[in-house]
Amino acid sequence: MANLWTGYIWPTAITVAEIIAIIVPVLVGVAYLTYAERKVIGAMQLRKGPNTVGPFGLFQPLADGAKLFFKETIFPTNANRGVFLVAPALTFFLAMVAWAVVPFDEGWVLANINVGVLYLFAISSLGVYGIIMAGWASNSKYGFLGALRSAAQMVSYEVSIGFVMIAVLLCVGSLNLTDIVHAQAKGVWFIIPHLPLFIIFFISGLAETNRSPFDLPEGESELVAGYMVEYSSMIFAMFFLGEYANMILMSATITTLFLGGWLSPLPFAPFTWVPGIIWFVLKVCVILFGFLWVRATMPRYRYDQLMRLGWKVFLPFSLVWLVLTAGVLEFGGLLPK
Amino acid sequence: MIQALVFYVFAAITVASGVMVISARNPVHAVLFLILAFFNSAGLFLLAGAEFLAMVLVVVYVGAVAVLFLFVVMMLDINFVKLREGFLQYLPIGALIGLILLVELALVYGSWSFAPEAPLSVATRVPDLAVVTNTDALGRLLFTDYFYLFQVAGLVLLVAMIGTILLTLRSRPGVKKQNIARQNARTKETSVELRKVPTRGGI
Repeated sequence: MANLWTGYIWPTAITVAEIIAIIVPVLVGVAYLTYAERKVIGAMQLRKGPNTVGPFGLFQPLADGAKLFFKETIFPTNANRGVFLVAPALTFFLAMVAWAVVPFDEGWVLANINVGVLYLFAISSLGVYGIIMAGWASNSKYGFLGALRSAAQMVSYEVSIGFVMIAVLLCVGSLNLTDIVHAQAKGVWFIIPHLPLFIIFFISGLAETNRSPFDLPEGESELVAGYMVEYSSMIFAMFFLGEYANMILMSATITTLFLGGWLSPLPFAPFTWVPGIIWFVLKVCVILFGFLWVRATMPRYRYDQLMRLGWKVFLPFSLVWLVLTAGVLEFGGLLPK
Repeated sequence: MIQALVFYVFAAITVASGVMVISARNPVHAVLFLILAFFNSAGLFLLAGAEFLAMVLVVVYVGAVAVLFLFVVMMLDINFVKLREGFLQYLPIGALIGLILLVELALVYGSWSFAPEAPLSVATRVPDLAVVTNTDALGRLLFTDYFYLFQVAGLVLLVAMIGTILLTLRSRPGVKKQNIARQNARTKETSVELRKVPTRGGI
């Protein structure tokens, strides 16, 4: 009986507590990311943004959540009910499970697995299913067109994301995310030698999360809301949560790969007093601000230009950069042991 | 105990979704079950300690191949009732192929138990997995002993790619495509003209 307690129940309880300790802040972050988005874009367009609910409109996300919760869930006739319901759940689930491998601070990681980068890549490549299933199941032309666009777009940009990741991995010699941060602690942050890759990764991240200027899957001017057009109430909210959680996840990935994760910008006294988690969150916020800034400034891409950018610009460039990195590492004697 | 339990869960779901792939009436459902089967096989790989293979299975098969499958199945407008008419006609060939596969699998599995020294006779020794990680071990084998085979695999893929492009490439007249270089080379002088329009004259 004691064996059962120490062997199974206690570790399970601890893991569950850890999961909750990750998911709750992520969800709060998602809620306030929507608020920040409206405030930031408001400021950039000389508006006020939400300012009525609570001080400075701070309770606006809660009000939005409550509104969505009390709305009626509508199923379109001839929708494929099972798939229609699974799609938002899948999107939300995938956006949450990816957080298991993200290192927030030294040793602050739920699952320190050896193939962390591949895990993140695999989970983000699954994200397309939520969208394509939603578009197909809602039995609507707008939804289906949005889903097809999204599938093509995400598959295309994953390729360049993969090459960028490989170039970073060459400099680290490990697929473990914690090792990637440690490698940056020894040398410089990878944004310095790999600045072009950082830019490519950021732009591909925008495309991968279906953010503006690549938000063609939900381009409201031609597709109303794309694959989400038939969704309402809480099942819509799950898409929404999943999408914003994916944005934060993409920012966390960029932070880990290029901005040194939890490391302080300068490795001496006043900076090292600040806990690593604070640096991590600050870096994520900077990247997220970039996401919002882009949305407020850039017009939407045309679809053929989007494909051209992915296949004819980013892919060759990241491939050449990968070969270049390998060459420099090999002949400069810099290969990680 | 937990591991055995998890194994049976993964295995049962894999087999069940495999059955659903061939018995589902809706082809899109069939592809979705196929994806579930891939995913659970990745879980089985994980249990076997092959973490790299598990992740690559998800990235390649689930993330790329099955998306295109789904894409095609959703887009195609096939009459599946008509397709099923030939079922009995093709049944003998299908059954034969299935039988051959089964026998071969049985032979492979049998020889492992018939000849316990069989695993010892493999050409290369596997790096000690207690020392190096899974990915490391695979890389060491692939890029040393099996380097030429690895390159040949790459060449086969290249040939397949070129073949696919050749088969699908067609030049149609009258397609309006943007020439990016020409578009970028345009200036205000070549594209905008300011004219004085006389009243009631037009241009």
